[in-house]
Amino acid sequence: MSWLLFGPIVLPLIAAVVTGSAGGDPRRQRAMSLCSVLGLLGLAAALLTTVWREGVFSAQAGGWPAPFGITLVADHLSAAMVAVTAVVGVAAVVYSFEDVGSAVLSRSFHPLLHALLAGVCGAFLAGDLFNLYVWFEVMLISSIGLLVVGGTRAQLDGAVRYAALSLIATTLLLTGIGLLYGLVGTLNMADLHLRVPELANQGLVTVIALIFIVAFGLKSAVFPLFFWLPASYHTPKVTVSAVFSGLLTKVGVYALMRLFTLVFVGDAGFTHQILLWVAGFTMVTGVLGAASHEHLRRILSFHIVSQIGYMILGLALLTPLGLLGGIFYVIHHIVVKANLFFVAGAVRRLGGASDLSRLGGLYRDKPLLAALFFVPAFSLAGFPPLSGFWAKFLLVRASIEAGQYAIAATALGVGLLTAYSMTKIWLNAFWKPLPGHLVPPAPLPPARRRLLLGPVAGLAAITLAIGLYVRPFYELAERAASELLDPSAYVEAVLGEAGGPVGSAGRSAGNGAAR
Amino acid sequence: MQQLVAVLVGVLMASSVYLMLSRNLVRFVLGLALISHAANLLIFVSGGITIAMPSLVPEGASRPAPGGSDAVAQALILTAIVISFSVLTFALVLAYRAYQRLETVDTDAMRAAEPRRPPPSGGAGDLP
Repeated sequence: MSWLLFGPIVLPLIAAVVTGSAGGDPRRQRAMSLCSVLGLLGLAAALLTTVWREGVFSAQAGGWPAPFGITLVADHLSAAMVAVTAVVGVAAVVYSFEDVGSAVLSRSFHPLLHALLAGVCGAFLAGDLFNLYVWFEVMLISSIGLLVVGGTRAQLDGAVRYAALSLIATTLLLTGIGLLYGLVGTLNMADLHLRVPELANQGLVTVIALIFIVAFGLKSAVFPLFFWLPASYHTPKVTVSAVFSGLLTKVGVYALMRLFTLVFVGDAGFTHQILLWVAGFTMVTGVLGAASHEHLRRILSFHIVSQIGYMILGLALLTPLGLLGGIFYVIHHIVVKANLFFVAGAVRRLGGASDLSRLGGLYRDKPLLAALFFVPAFSLAGFPPLSGFWAKFLLVRASIEAGQYAIAATALGVGLLTAYSMTKIWLNAFWKPLPGHLVPPAPLPPARRRLLLGPVAGLAAITLAIGLYVRPFYELAERAASELLDPSAYVEAVLGEAGGPVGSAGRSAGNGAAR
Repeated sequence: MQQLVAVLVGVLMASSVYLMLSRNLVRFVLGLALISHAANLLIFVSGGITIAMPSLVPEGASRPAPGGSDAVAQALILTAIVISFSVLTFALVLAYRAYQRLETVDTDAMRAAEPRRPPPSGGAGDLP
C-alpha cells in the first residue's frame, strides 16, 4: 500500500517535470496537466477509502526503520486534506485553461502548480518534522514562482512581501527543529510524542513550542502575523489566488493541529490558551479588514485571515468536539474559499471590474453567476443549510461546552460581520444597477464561459453536498479528531507495524523510550 | 567550543534582525542570508561539536563510539544549506526584478499592490 502514500507526492512531481518540458505545445501541456490532477484525485480517493477502511497506515522510504528513516503517514486528517487538495487542483487546472490563457504564461504556470501540489501533499503526509520543513520549502519556492507568473508591478510588490515573511517563517521553523532535535534527539513525530513527555526540562519544550507557534502562525496568517496575506493574495492570476487561498494557509493550520495534539500537549494550559487568544483576535481583525475594503479579492483575502481564526479556535479548545469542528471547518473552508476566488475572477471577466464601485447589475445580466456566487458566499457566512453553517455550529457549540463563552460570542459576532461583508458584495456587484458611465464588457463565447463557470459549479455542488449530506463528512472529521486526541493508533502505525524485523525494532524503540 | 558557536548563533541572529528591520530591500535579503546561517549553525551545535572524533562506527560495534557528535544533525544541515542557498538565490533574483520593475529598493515606496489611497471610481487603480 505504500504507493498510496508516495503517489500523491510523486505524481505531481512527475507532472511538474513533464509539463515543464512540454515546450511550445500548450494543448499537449494542458492535457498532461489535466491528466495528472485527475490521477491525483484518483489516488487521493483511494488513499481516503483505504484509511477509512483500515485506519492509519505508514510507509518508510527506503525501508529504514521508523524513527531513523523518512516516514510518510496517512491518518484520516491527512487523507482528507490530500483529497481536498486534489479537488482544488482539478478545479484550478480547468479554470486556468481560460484564466491563464496565453501560451507563454501557461508554460511556467503548469509546472509550478504541480510542484506546489506535490509540496502540499508532501506536507500533509510527512511523518517527521524535517521532512515537513522540506515540503514547506518546496511549497514556498513554487508559490513565489506562481505569484509572479505574469510579472506585473503589483505582482512583484506582493511577491516581495510574501517571500520576505515566508522566508522568515521557514527559517524560524528550521530553528525550532534544530532546538527540538538538540533537546530530544529525534524528529519523527510519533517518536517525539513518546519522548517529549519524558524530558526533564519541560520549560524548554514550551519555549520551542512557542517558536513553532510563531513559525506556523506566520504560514497560516494568524493575528499579529498576517500582514503579508492581504498584501499579496489579490495580485496574481485568479487561479493562483484561489489555489493559495484554499491550500497554503491551511497547510500551516494542519501543521499546528498535528504538532499541538501530538507533540506539544505537555503545557496545554499555556500554549493552547495563547492559541485561543490568537484565534479570537484573528477572527476579529480579519473580518474588520474585510469590512473596510472595496476590492473584491482584497475583501476575500481578509476573510481568509478571519476564517483561520475559527480553525485555530477548534485546536485551542482541545476537546473532541472542538477539534472535530476545526477539522470540519478546514475541509469546508478550502472548498468554499477557493471557489469564492474563482467566482471573483469570473465576476472580473464577465462584469469587467474587481472594484465594487465599478460593478453592478450582474444579478439581472448573469443570473447563473449570481447563483454560483450565492452558494459559497453564504456558506462562508454560515447560513443553513450550507456547509459553513455546520462548521460554525460545531465550533460555537464546542466553545460553549468548554465554558469559553467569550470566544463563542466572538465567533457568532464575526459570523454576522462576514454576512455583512458578503451582503455588501451581493448588493454592490449583483443587485445595484451598473453605474451609468460604465459599459458592461463584451460577453465571452459560451465555450470559454463554461471553462470559467464549470469549476465554480463543481465546487458549489460540493459545498451543497457537505451542507445537505453532512453525516459522512461529520464522521470523517470525528474520526480524524479522535485520532488526534488519542494518537496511539498513529504512533503504532509509525513505530509498531513497519513490517517484520523492522517492526519489532521500532516497537522496542517505542517501549524502551526511557532508556 | 560549543559555547563559542552558541554565542556566534546569537550574534548572527541579532545582526540579521538588525538588517531585516531596514527598509532597504538589499539589506533585508542580506539579513535573510545571515538568519539562515544562524539557523544552520544552531542545528550544527545541537548535534554536538567534537574535535577529531569522526562519527564512524568502530569495527565490531553496532553504534558510533560514545562522545562523538551526531551525524544526523550534520546531514540535516547539509539539506538545510542547499535549501537556504537556493531560496536565497531566488530572493536575490526577486529583489532585482522588483528593483527593475518598481525602480526602488525602499519597501515603503513600493505601493504597487496597495495604492496609498483608494482611487476615485473610474480611476486607473483597478487591480487584476
